[in-house]
Amino acid sequence: MMKRVMILALVLLLVGLCVGPLTVAAAGFPERPVTYSVPWPPGGQSDVEARRQQPMLEKILGVKVIVQYKPGGGGSLGWSELIKQKPDGYFICGINIPHIVLQPLARGDAGYKTEQLWPISLFQATPIGLAIMKDAPFKTLEDLIAHAKKNPGAITCGGSGTWSGHHIAHLQFQKLTGVTMTYVPHKGAAPQVAAFLGGHVKAIWGNSNDLVTHKERIRVLAFGTTKRFPHFPDTPTFKELGVDLLASIDRGVAAPPGTPAKIIKVLEKAFLKITGDPKVQDQMLKEGFVTLQMGSKESKTYIAEKVKVYQPIVKEFKK
Amino acid sequence: MFEAAFLGLAKVFQLGNFFCLVIGVIFGIVIGALPGLTATMGLALLIPFTFTMTPAMGLIMLGGIYVGAMYGDAIPAVLINTPGTPAAIATTFDGFPLAQKGMAQHGLVAAALASAYGSLLANIVLATSAPPLAEASLKFGPPEYFWLGIFGLTIIATLAVGSLVKGLLAGALGLLLSTIGIAPIGGDIRLTFGYTELQGGVELIVALIGFFCLPEILSSFIAKRQATYSAEKIIPRFSVVREVIISLLKMPVLMLRSSAIGTIIGIAPGAGGNIASLVSYNEAVRWDKNPKEFGKGTIKGVAASEAANSAMAPGSYGMRPGHELFSTHATTTFAFIMSMLLAAGLVTVIGSFGSFLYPRILNIPARHLAPGIIFMTILGSYSIRNNILDVWIMFLFGVIGFISNKLKFHPAPIVLGLILGPYVEEGLVQSVLCGRAGGSILAYMFLRPISLVLIALCILSALWPLYASWRSKGKIGEKIL
Repeated sequence: MMKRVMILALVLLLVGLCVGPLTVAAAGFPERPVTYSVPWPPGGQSDVEARRQQPMLEKILGVKVIVQYKPGGGGSLGWSELIKQKPDGYFICGINIPHIVLQPLARGDAGYKTEQLWPISLFQATPIGLAIMKDAPFKTLEDLIAHAKKNPGAITCGGSGTWSGHHIAHLQFQKLTGVTMTYVPHKGAAPQVAAFLGGHVKAIWGNSNDLVTHKERIRVLAFGTTKRFPHFPDTPTFKELGVDLLASIDRGVAAPPGTPAKIIKVLEKAFLKITGDPKVQDQMLKEGFVTLQMGSKESKTYIAEKVKVYQPIVKEFKK
Repeated sequence: MFEAAFLGLAKVFQLGNFFCLVIGVIFGIVIGALPGLTATMGLALLIPFTFTMTPAMGLIMLGGIYVGAMYGDAIPAVLINTPGTPAAIATTFDGFPLAQKGMAQHGLVAAALASAYGSLLANIVLATSAPPLAEASLKFGPPEYFWLGIFGLTIIATLAVGSLVKGLLAGALGLLLSTIGIAPIGGDIRLTFGYTELQGGVELIVALIGFFCLPEILSSFIAKRQATYSAEKIIPRFSVVREVIISLLKMPVLMLRSSAIGTIIGIAPGAGGNIASLVSYNEAVRWDKNPKEFGKGTIKGVAASEAANSAMAPGSYGMRPGHELFSTHATTTFAFIMSMLLAAGLVTVIGSFGSFLYPRILNIPARHLAPGIIFMTILGSYSIRNNILDVWIMFLFGVIGFISNKLKFHPAPIVLGLILGPYVEEGLVQSVLCGRAGGSILAYMFLRPISLVLIALCILSALWPLYASWRSKGKIGEKIL
């Protein structure tokens, strides 16, 4: 008898332990550690950002923030994990645009759908620029376009990955200008830049931070930004040159679908506070990035806009 | 330049910095020894601590970790046939047989000394001529990577002891496994059978644990081969250290060649530093007077592998092309290089003394040791990507590895195919794209100077077994095909 009472007490205790946190969670968020998943290997730029934010998030939220990694499939493994998590705000995951837009479009089933990732905030942009070596025969974008028109496919452009920010910029550029160039995909930014510096491709679609690193040896023809990029004040934007191309890789964080608006608000506020810090903005700029301060709603509209722009391009290319 | 070098050295000897170096080396050895933990992951773990350090301190610790890890990966390779990192695959070929003969300590000391020697040599090369080497490495374009990958695949001829056909089959299986996931070029989904989790592809470390470690444990259980892990009581002796030093001194050519191979492969950016040890092992077998000794437990094999993989580390991790490294940050850069030099010394000391300790692990009876190892394999394969699927893949490969071992297939060609598949594929497709843009694909792939040298090496390497069999007048030749 005594034994049964003990077992019953134990069961009740266990049930209490399980139910307890659930009921309390609704009252005040957050009350326990938040997991911040990075869908890339440690050491990448998304990891660097998460690590930069981690101590600040802990201070603002008042709970521990645990950074963990779920690399694979160009981020898709991490995102398909995110959508299976409980929508309680205790599991968030870094997102990258255009990856989360292009993977579902290009792969059919990427394990998640773009609209299943509920953006909390977009905090960083990496503008993409089109660059050539300083000793290249052409000096301006017009020269390059003229050369490409005369010799379709002869200009090789290095980029990182297929169905990536570089690839889609390349396809958009071809469509807008009517030229044909050869896109040469590489596995990541480091080999891409090495191939360019070694003269194995004539031009690259480069991330702003890489372009800043090799400033001395290269000439950036144009950036896919709305305003001129501060590190290259003399380099025009594509828009200035009459090519309506916006190209960048944007980083942010998202919550699982169905996360209550109240909880998203708390997290959104925390991230906006971090990117509002002039120190953070200075650091990012120094490293060759641009700070974004997009909230949840704004990010959602931005992503939906990208889907609209990219959908026809992917469809056309896949044919 | 020399002034900067001395300032760098002085920096390393500051008390706090030296302390960081020692901690770094020890931490590196542990990280390297645990399959599933890589040096990069170890660094990620350390990032929070580095906030309070000076840049030089952080770099010195980093140098220590890399050098330590490159030796640490040999410990499980020798003791339980499991390379701690992919770079130590070739260390298992002779290291584990040594352990089975009861000579684990020989293997471990040889690994530590060769490892230290390799990183010492590579660092001296880098310290004196890194900028021109970095420039030269840029000459490697898509066709060169393709041919380098093909050259790597010709090693199968050596790895396939006994049967070339089996070796080629295993290599093909490895290449096939490497295509699982998203195509590096084109972005197509391949061989995932609609299972989105597989889009991440097969993780190399998971395959290593599955193919190398599990089969040994399975056979120790199924065949009740208690002997696998406790051949006889191992009693480390100090005389072993002396013996090994003397025999290593007697093979200067092998040591120099292995380190040179490691250094060169390490400098080529992204050229699969993992294969440095395999290429070096291959050459060691090729040029040895008694190639039959290899694979049965000789410290020559361990030394060739470890010298090469340690020599490859500084080139592939530490130094990325860029002049500013040696002009504006010269002192810090040299502090890094000097710290690696010193770390090599520490590895010699720790490795020699450690060799008295680690082999005692083998004295644990298999019924206690095997569950412990299985636990570590699960932990290791899960932690590399935080993915439970990787654990299942590891078990699946373990069973495949066990069966193929019984059929006398060596797992090395499988893993070699898995490593080199992506390089060959990327090199080939990029070459075709660039070649087509330039007018002629064939001219682009075959008529570049470095490519021509690599093609010649490929042909020589592929034909070598025929020559070897002709030389020994059919004695080995009958066995090859």
